[in-house]
Amino acid sequence: MSLTRADIERIAHLARLNLTEAEIPVYVDSLSRIVDFVSELERADTGGITPMAHPLPGLRQRLRADVVDESNRRDLYQRNAPATQAGLYLVPKVIE
Amino acid sequence: MTLHTRTVAELGQGLRRREYSAVELAQACLGRLESAQVELNAMITITAEQALAEAAAADAALAAGRAGPLAGIPLVHKDIFCTEGVLTSCGSKMLANFVSPYDATVVARLKAAGTVMLGKANMDEFAMGSSNETSFFGPVRNPWDPRRVPGGSSGGSAAAVAARLVPAATATDTGGSIRQPAALCGVTGLKPTYGRVSRYGMIAFASSLDQGGVITQTAEDAALMLGAMAGFDPRDSTSVDMPVPDYCATLARPLEGLRIGIVREFFDEGLDPVCEQPIRAALAEYERQGALLREVSCPNLPLSVPTYYVVAPAECSSNLARFDGVRFGHRCERPRDLMDLYTRSRGEGFGAEVKRRIMTGTYVLSAGYYDAYYLKAQRVRQLISQDFARAFEQVDLLAGPTSPTPAFALGAKVSDPITMYLNDIYTIGANLAGLPGLSIPCGFVGGLPVGLQLIGPHFSEALLLNAAHRYQLETDWHRRVPSAWA
Repeated sequence: MSLTRADIERIAHLARLNLTEAEIPVYVDSLSRIVDFVSELERADTGGITPMAHPLPGLRQRLRADVVDESNRRDLYQRNAPATQAGLYLVPKVIE
Repeated sequence: MTLHTRTVAELGQGLRRREYSAVELAQACLGRLESAQVELNAMITITAEQALAEAAAADAALAAGRAGPLAGIPLVHKDIFCTEGVLTSCGSKMLANFVSPYDATVVARLKAAGTVMLGKANMDEFAMGSSNETSFFGPVRNPWDPRRVPGGSSGGSAAAVAARLVPAATATDTGGSIRQPAALCGVTGLKPTYGRVSRYGMIAFASSLDQGGVITQTAEDAALMLGAMAGFDPRDSTSVDMPVPDYCATLARPLEGLRIGIVREFFDEGLDPVCEQPIRAALAEYERQGALLREVSCPNLPLSVPTYYVVAPAECSSNLARFDGVRFGHRCERPRDLMDLYTRSRGEGFGAEVKRRIMTGTYVLSAGYYDAYYLKAQRVRQLISQDFARAFEQVDLLAGPTSPTPAFALGAKVSDPITMYLNDIYTIGANLAGLPGLSIPCGFVGGLPVGLQLIGPHFSEALLLNAAHRYQLETDWHRRVPSAWA
C-alpha cells in the first residue's frame, strides 16, 4: 500500500507541521515505505494476546497524592518563552 | 602525567590520594574536549567556567573529608538531560535557545555524588537516529575513523569516551542509543532496566522505551556510575521503588555455572559475517571461565524493528506535541494566526527525521489505523516480551552482537530510513521488553571495534556488570585507544 500526497497533507495537518513543497514528495515516498515495512506485523498471530501496556510485568502507572508540592516558578519558566506580557504567553489573536 | 586514559575508578583513587586535584583533572579534560571539537564535534556546549567552579568545590570537599563517592570525576551529559542554567538543545533547532530552569534527576544525583560536568554531548535530534547525523549541530565523527559515524543517538557521549576526552558520559537508550554507539566506538555502554533510572528532566522521545544510562571505558566504571544514578524518584511516575544494590560488590564473582543463552535470531543473515568471529571468540572466553553456553530462540524477535517503528513514533508524536512555539522553543517569524504559529514553528524547528517520525506516529494513531497498527504492535510487543521471559527460564543472560555491522561511512545510510532503522535490529528487543542490556568491546574488524551485547532479566544489572567485568579482566579490547587520541 502506498500513501498519496493527500494522505501526507492530512497527516501533516493533524501533526501541525508545515511542510514545504519540496518536502511533500520526500515524505510520500519514505512514509509509504515505512508503512509497508511495519505492515509485516500483520503476519504475526496475535490471537488472544493482550496488548502490552507497561514494559514491566505487573506494574501500573503510580498516582501521586493530589496535593500541591511545587512552588510557583512562572517568571523563571517564562524566561524561555518567545513572547510574554504581564505573566501571560502572547499568541496571535484567536477571537475577533 | 597522563590522566586521560584513566578510568573513573583509577581517577577516584588518584584524587583521594591527592596525586592531582579535581581542578587539574578538569583542566586536562577540558583541553582535550576543546581541541577535539574540530575533528569529532562530540560536544554541543562546553561549560568550562562552571566546570572549574565545580572542580574547586570537589577539591574542597576532598580536603575536608566530606567528598561524595564520585568527587571530582569529570563527565559530560548527553544534551537530552536538562541542566539548570545551561543550554539543553536535545540536538534540535527547536531547542537551540532553551536554557533549562532545572536539573534532571540524573544530573542532580551525579552532581550530589561530586561529579564535575564539563559540558553537553552532541546527539541525534531528539535521540532519533542511529548515526548522529540528524543533529542540528552537525554529525559527530568516529574517533577510530573520522570518515565514519559514531553510531547514535548517543554518538557524542560514545565518541567522547572512546577518544578519552572524558572518562564517563551519560546517555539514553530508546532502541539501542547507548549500546549501538558504544559498540561502534569501542566503549562500554549500559542501558538499565526500564524504571531503574529516573526519566525526570530527560527530554521524552518514547516514554515506554526511554531509559537513561551510561557510557564508560569499563564495566567497573559503569557500576560506579549506575550506583549514583539509579533509584526511586517520586517525580517520575514510572520510576520503580526498589533498593539499589551495591553494583561494585558483586563485580568480581566467578562465572562458573553461569548459563548464557546464544540467541539464534541474533545470528541471522543481516549480521555482517566479519563481525561474527569476534562475537564467537567472546562467547568462547565465557566458556573458558566456566559459563555454560546454550542456544535459545526468541522467534518473534525478527519483528522487533517493525514493532518499534509503530510504538516509538506513536509515543514521539504525542510527546513532541508540546513544542508549540508558545511556551518555549523555536517560534516562527510573524505568524498570521495561531494555526500558522503552530505549523510553521514546528515545520521550521524540527529536522527531517523528527518530522518523519512525528508523521509516522500521527498516522498509526489516526482514526481507522489505530487497531491495525498501534494495537497490533503492542500485541506483538507482548509476544516479544514473552519470548524473552521464556528464554530466561532456561538461562541467566542472553548474548549476541550489539550491531549488525561495524561503524559505517558518514552519509552511507541517510537516504534510506529503513536501512538506517535496521541498525538497531539486535538492540530494540530489550527496549520493547524493558530489559537491561549492555555492550562491551570484544574485538576489531578492519580497525573498527565490534561490540558484544549482553541482555539480562529485569533488574539484573549487577549480574550483567559482573559478567562484563569478568570478561574485561581477561581481555584488553576495552583498553584500546584510537592512535590519534592515545
